[in-house]
Amino acid sequence: MVAPTGNWWLPASLQEKKWVTLSFVWCMILFAMMPLWHFRGGQNPSGIRGKTTPAAFRARVDRFIKEYQVGTDHGYPLVAPPPGADIYLQAQMWSWTPVLKLKKNASYTLHLSSVDVNHGFSLYPVNLNFQVVPGYDYGLRITPNIAGEFNIICNEFCGILHHNMVGKVIVEE
Amino acid sequence: MTATTSNEPTAASGASLIERVTSKFRRCPVTNLKVDPQAEMLIKVNAVVAVVCLLIGVIAAIGLVLTRWQLVHFLTAPMYYRFLTLHGLNMLIFFIIFFEMAVLYFASTLLLSARLPAAKLGWLAFGLMMIGMLLVNTMVFMGKADVLFTSYPPLKAHPIYYLGVILFAVGALIVSGMFFATIIIAKKEKAYEGGLPLVTFGALTAAIIAVITLVHGAIVYIPTFLWSLGLMEIDPQVFRMLFWGLGHSTQQINVAAMVAIWYLLAGLTVGGVVMNEKISRTAFFLYILFISMASAHHLLVDPGMGAAWKVWNTSYAMYLAVLASMIHGFTVPAGVEMGMRLRGHTQGLFGWLRRAPWGDPGFSGMWLSLVIFGFFGGVTGVTIGTEQINIIAHNTMRIPGHFHTTVVGGTALAFFAVTYYLLPLVFQKRVRFWTLAKIQPWMFGIGIVIMAVSMILMGIFGAPRRHWDSSFATSPFPMEMHPMLEVFQATMGIGGLIAATAVLIFILIAVSTVFFGKRITPEDLVNGASGLPQGVLKLPAQQHKGPEVAEAHKNGVRGTMVLVGIFFVVFALYYFTNWKLLSMAWKVG
Repeated sequence: MVAPTGNWWLPASLQEKKWVTLSFVWCMILFAMMPLWHFRGGQNPSGIRGKTTPAAFRARVDRFIKEYQVGTDHGYPLVAPPPGADIYLQAQMWSWTPVLKLKKNASYTLHLSSVDVNHGFSLYPVNLNFQVVPGYDYGLRITPNIAGEFNIICNEFCGILHHNMVGKVIVEE
Repeated sequence: MTATTSNEPTAASGASLIERVTSKFRRCPVTNLKVDPQAEMLIKVNAVVAVVCLLIGVIAAIGLVLTRWQLVHFLTAPMYYRFLTLHGLNMLIFFIIFFEMAVLYFASTLLLSARLPAAKLGWLAFGLMMIGMLLVNTMVFMGKADVLFTSYPPLKAHPIYYLGVILFAVGALIVSGMFFATIIIAKKEKAYEGGLPLVTFGALTAAIIAVITLVHGAIVYIPTFLWSLGLMEIDPQVFRMLFWGLGHSTQQINVAAMVAIWYLLAGLTVGGVVMNEKISRTAFFLYILFISMASAHHLLVDPGMGAAWKVWNTSYAMYLAVLASMIHGFTVPAGVEMGMRLRGHTQGLFGWLRRAPWGDPGFSGMWLSLVIFGFFGGVTGVTIGTEQINIIAHNTMRIPGHFHTTVVGGTALAFFAVTYYLLPLVFQKRVRFWTLAKIQPWMFGIGIVIMAVSMILMGIFGAPRRHWDSSFATSPFPMEMHPMLEVFQATMGIGGLIAATAVLIFILIAVSTVFFGKRITPEDLVNGASGLPQGVLKLPAQQHKGPEVAEAHKNGVRGTMVLVGIFFVVFALYYFTNWKLLSMAWKVG
């Protein structure tokens, strides 16, 4: 509160120095963890990033459905692509298309985009979350490690029926 | 300290204008500082409007917690999203920024005993901010801006909504400019001697960050306004990046303002010592340099940016800002410990803490703000702001869980605490409902922690934020959430209601004190009248001199060392637990 007068640029006390040093070292550890995980860890948000347009992405999704559709689920096309394939998921007010049927421990490249506003990809209950931005194609290499049925919740507000926007992923043994 | 009539230090003798102005000053009987009535009036109006916005925000908050609590499920879906928009804007923007404008006037004029150079400009800025606030709120009330706080295009609101945001930002920018001018003129006119007081230095940091932030606001909202009129295109990813230059940096203004208030209240309540001016000031300086880059952590799982960009912006730069917060997290409690020890509370490790004035809402609020911000807000923030950990946190309930401990448990609580000193010092009123005032910070702090921890746990279970219906009754696929989520929804609701009640109590106290409070008389200060915090009745020494200071420095702050040690262990445990959680998820990359 009071203005310091005279020479106030004094050396810090020993305890203060200790805490500042510890904090600094800790900050560097926090920093190092991220590049380290890129080399050693299996969960990274980098992916393959590209630009697209709503029309082009919609066409790509339609082609993908045509190629691998095996049935329907609650009115949505059910698609079973082979392991290693590029798979497409389209976000649109207020639905995810199509329903995906995947194999456990197989890898896929999942392409996410929106044809209208921002949406959020949230795989429940695994709790993987990615932003889906119109005009951008986000390609993520995913490897499901558990079999079962999963839901995709939209977790970015996208209009008044946002809470209805739920999709589905089936992972088989 | 009692009323004093000591002679004023002569300010720039010979300048008749200045003499004319200074003759209008009031002298504060407690702090002996000179008060410019124009500045005091602007502090009052900004603070009062801040409280009105707080009232709108808290009414919305009650609707929200009662809706997210699925058992109650109070609001309809459109009303829920409208209330959410209202809540975010009135709390994060209007309440906090109006209050910060009051803090800027306070730190530049009152603390420096300086005059306000252009009061008319201050009124113009206030007018712009008022019009902006009213336009935005009207649009939201009318249902023409159901776009939530973030308003990401291509989701569109009425053009007047964007115009309101722009006018508000321009007003705030003018006040920041006036703050710089006041400091420069005060120095020239020798209103104060030596360096800038640390509290004003902290406010200066806040003002510089405010300028950076508001410039981002102009960059993003002017094209968005034009886009809403159909005059230009806008890239959703570019908007997200620029928006967070505004959206997150606004919260960094709060951090700097909050830390400045911690130092102020430590001084007013227990005569807190600044351990080392160099260290504290360097920490504020680190905020200016690095904290704005932290906005990038909103884009960690976005498709638009590469890994190197994400790692650099959120980590290296951000962690130097984290370093700054960790430094303040040490120097503030250490200053309190030293201040208490110098006043004779020297017993053991924690005698100073036991003897601290816990019944003084200015002190308890400051201390709770410090603890909640550090232990809950800081630790969760750094963790979810890590590039990869963000995969399991982005847009889940963990995010509101985090910022309700930083902005609400930290900043808002610090603002409440300082109000208990502003009411007697600036408004010159005895605080009404003093017994309620003593418990208000505790009630608020406990409520917000229960609510935010529940939110964080919901997020760890994968519950999305900003979501009306956790039963998913009308979704195309049947879906059941984890049963534990119902428990957390209930605790979130209960914590939220406790905190909201505490906010209503605060508003009751503040409004009735301003309008119906008894004016302080010199006898009140002597007799220790009720409604005056202990720091106002007897201002602790602000500067310590002599051999006992050297002795105190030599004995050090052992209690604080233990406290920050506990903090460090909690931080490291929480951080690495999250890496463990992440490693169990599907492989992705």
